[in-house]
Parts: sequence; C-alpha cells; structure tokens
Amino acid sequence: MTMKLAELVELLDAEIVVGHEKRDLSFEFCTASDLMSDILRGPTSGSILITGLNNTQVIRASVIANVAAIVLVRKKRPNEDLVERAKEHEIPLIRTPFTMFTACGKLFEVGLRGIDELL
Amino acid sequence: MPLLERRFTIKANDFVKAGEVSIEVQGILKKIGFDPTLVRRVSICAYEAEMNVVMHGGDGEMMLHVEPEEIDLVCSDQGGGIEDIELALLPGYSTARPEHQEMGFGAGMGLPNIKKNASSLDVYSRKGEGTRLIMKFEVGDEH
Ligand SMILES: Nc1ncnc2c1ncn2[C@@H]1O[C@H](COP(=O)(O)OP(=O)(O)O)[C@@H](O)[C@H]1O
Ligand SMILES: [Mg+2]
Repeated sequence: MTMKLAELVELLDAEIVVGHEKRDLSFEFCTASDLMSDILRGPTSGSILITGLNNTQVIRASVIANVAAIVLVRKKRPNEDLVERAKEHEIPLIRTPFTMFTACGKLFEVGLRGIDELL
Repeated sequence: MPLLERRFTIKANDFVKAGEVSIEVQGILKKIGFDPTLVRRVSICAYEAEMNVVMHGGDGEMMLHVEPEEIDLVCSDQGGGIEDIELALLPGYSTARPEHQEMGFGAGMGLPNIKKNASSLDVYSRKGEGTRLIMKFEVGDEH
C-alpha cells in the first residue's frame, strides 16, 4: 500500500517541523533504526525513516541514502542545526510523541510494510 | 580525458561539516546524469569513507575522478592508520568511541558496506602512517 505524508502525520499525532509543502509525498515502505548503518545498507531509498537519532548526521545519512522523510520519535525536539540541514536538503522532518515501537505498530496496522519486502 | 576531477578536504573530528563532501559528490554525479542507483552506491561509499576519516582517521581528503565509463573515489588521511586491515574489513569490527555510538555510528559495517557497493575496493594503511581507500565504480556493472 502507499500512504501520503499527511496521512502519516495524522496517524502518528505528529507535527511537521520541516516539509509542509510535501504533505502529498507518497511512500510505500518504512524503516526504523537508531543505527546509521541500517540507513546506509538497506534498500532505504524512497522509504520513511523512523528514528530516535537527534543529530545532524541523521539528515546527511538520509540524504545520501535517498530516504524520503524522517520521523523523530518520543517527542524529541530536533536541535536547530538538524532543522536547518533538513531545510537545506528539503527532506521532511516530523515529530511524533509515540515511542518507536508504537509508531511502527500504528503504521504496520494500517498496512505499511518494512523494507524487508524489498530484500 | 576525465569528464571531471575534484578534490575536497576533510577535517578530523569535525561533526558539524562531516558528510558535506559526500553530499557534494552526490550532487555532482546527479547533475552529470548518472543512473540514480549508481549515484546512490557511490554516495554511500563516499559517506562511509568520509565518516571514517572524521571518526577514526585524521585530516584528509577525497578525490573524485569521473570518466564516462568509470567513477573513482580516493579517500586518504594522515591519521593513525589501521593496524590489521583484514580485521577492519570484517563485518562488526569497530573501534568507534562511545560518543560516535551515541550518534548512531560504530556498527562496524562501514568498510563491508563499501566493499558491497563499489566495483572494487583497495585499502592501503599502516599503523602511524594514515589510510588510503581506492574505490572504483564501473558504469553499468551489475550491483
Ligand atoms: N580512516 C581510518 N583510519 C583509521 N582507522 C580506520 C579508518 N577507517 C576505518 N578504520 C578502522 O576500521 C574499523 C572498521 O571501520 P568500519 O567498518 O567503517 O566500522 P565503524 O566505522 O563503524 O567502526 C574502525 O572502527 C577503525 O578501527
Ligand atoms: Mg565506519
């Protein structure tokens, strides 16, 4: 199934920090990790990254891997540099109050799948 | 005749700038119009190598050499070098420090990931004498 960013935002009670103009962006797969190597090794191109990593490098690694958007879990407030870099590279950055497990569960429940299906 | 040749400097431990070189490389290759899958492979290798220089190496540089049929990256630094290259190439081997792990690095998958994505990888290093990675990508190879 495919989902639009706007639908994900609603489902995850989330706030768009960067990327309001990309609400119509659609995607099919998600990946969840706090490890850079998971972002850089899997078929993460075009997928949504759900992560607890709150540092500038998560933006750079995501740009390198062509990740479509980043969802920051557990109410984390992204630091200023991270927000600036997300704007610079036009990659949507979203905050959800849910933990990683719950955020993943909610997306899985409505039919989204992991990048495992692409392996 | 190369289509393009560029040299970028990389600074040890500079996490504010770290990764910018690789994003620039990605932009250059995209603009030339290479296949997106190839651009992603090269960019991922550049980023893994650049982050290794920043975290484990010393001040260094990245050379990008582009020809119609081949892209080469040479990433070198004047850091402490690698004592056992074979060991460093093993998946999971890492000497990353806790502050790197906090940022999400240090899974020990960087060099294996370069090996996976590049058409060829050569590592030259000696303890105390820095490190040089030569990564080649043949345009149109199966990967
Ligand atoms: N440029 C370098 N200079 C010195 N040591 C390096 C360099 N690159 C890699 N290494 C060594 O090889 C190990 C494995 O690297 P890598 O596979 O990228 O994993 P990681 O970066 O997660 O530790 C590093 O932990 C480090 O000990
Ligand atoms: Mg590494």
